[in-house]
Amino acid sequence: MDKLINLQDAVNLVRDGDTIMVGGFLAVGTPERLIDALIEKGVKDLTLISNDTSFIDRGVGKMVVAKMFRKIYTSHVGTNKETGRQILEGEIEVVLVPQGTLIERIRAGGFGLGGVLTKTGLGTLVEEGKQLVEVDGEKYLLEKPLRANVALLYAEKADIKGNLTFHGATRNFNTYMGAAADISIVEAKEVVQIGELCPDEVIVPGVFVNYIVDGGAL
Amino acid sequence: MNKQEMQEFIAKRVALELQDGDLVNLGIGLPTLVANYVPENKDVLFQSENGFIGLGPSPEPDEIDPCIANAGAFPVTIVPGGSFFDSAMSFGIIRGGHVDTTVLGALQVAENGDIANYMIPGKMIPGMGGAMDLLSGAKKVIVAMEHTAKGNHKLLKECTLPLTAINAVDLIVTEMGVIEVTSKGFVLLELNPEYSLEQIKEATGADLIISEGLKPMA
Repeated sequence: MDKLINLQDAVNLVRDGDTIMVGGFLAVGTPERLIDALIEKGVKDLTLISNDTSFIDRGVGKMVVAKMFRKIYTSHVGTNKETGRQILEGEIEVVLVPQGTLIERIRAGGFGLGGVLTKTGLGTLVEEGKQLVEVDGEKYLLEKPLRANVALLYAEKADIKGNLTFHGATRNFNTYMGAAADISIVEAKEVVQIGELCPDEVIVPGVFVNYIVDGGAL
Repeated sequence: MNKQEMQEFIAKRVALELQDGDLVNLGIGLPTLVANYVPENKDVLFQSENGFIGLGPSPEPDEIDPCIANAGAFPVTIVPGGSFFDSAMSFGIIRGGHVDTTVLGALQVAENGDIANYMIPGKMIPGMGGAMDLLSGAKKVIVAMEHTAKGNHKLLKECTLPLTAINAVDLIVTEMGVIEVTSKGFVLLELNPEYSLEQIKEATGADLIISEGLKPMA
């Protein structure tokens, strides 16, 4: 099955009130075209799961400025002054999650795990409301899985079955979010035919990808 | 010393702590400067938590690759022998104890090694990013910071701000001296000759044990 769809059909898969995961690290390796199209469409009351809220003019940061989120799970908002303002004014709920815990909660959500045990966050505000689990005398925090309705991802190359390759530091959260979402949409810089990617170079197998948008070079 | 000289002085001293063969993660800001002072006879690799080992210097303007940026989104390079990976791998490296040393800034450090460096309630809520994972997983934690914040103590008996981690800090390097965090509290190992013992004690909000082998800070 050819997974290629156009930008408009792609963003129509995101509905008001959805939880979305968006790949990227301070907008490096983020699907800018999908984000721009979503802003143009104007969905609202979304919950975002993303490493950070980027900058006001890049990546998911633009969606923060457009006030599309009700709630955000993220590790860092310090580069986007608008997120900071919305938090302090009480317009938005932000759940700060340590970066390594965030990726593991997403991985758990996609890989059939009931959660992960980590020492990260012990003795801090992150511990609040969470179960402590002792394993062989060592204490850990139980961190529960995260899932989303839709994942919006970026890849360097996608073949039409959704096998993905990456360049540089763009893998970040893009490699696991597709597994943890009901629908995953990948904006690929280049779309290629079956057989053009060597199976050895595929980083994410197409099984985690539902749709591909041909993004072209940014 | 002006602010820049002070930061360079601190970074230079921290660089002496790095060992041949170490994998090191540097925080954003002052800690990033440490990379400039690693002695040429030491083979030190830097990890960038957004997804690679082998963080290299800034590229020439015409050689910038937007997909190769550090954890602060600044363009960087990757050295020969480096590798790219995703956030799950990156934080497996961090949490799993495979990073030898991390160098971070701090708002406050307590005499038991507690550290606060990710938020000031009601004022500034940037988030912890990868700091909680680094503090929980790195073998050695060095705090590189100015000794006081506009005259206010940063080295304290107990932190008053929300903690990033408990009992995590091993060594503190400031413009005034080098301080080890021990089970007995802060131990002054080196004193910058520009300051007196009285001055550093006054600038420290907890007891400062003077090491028997106290040396001038180089």
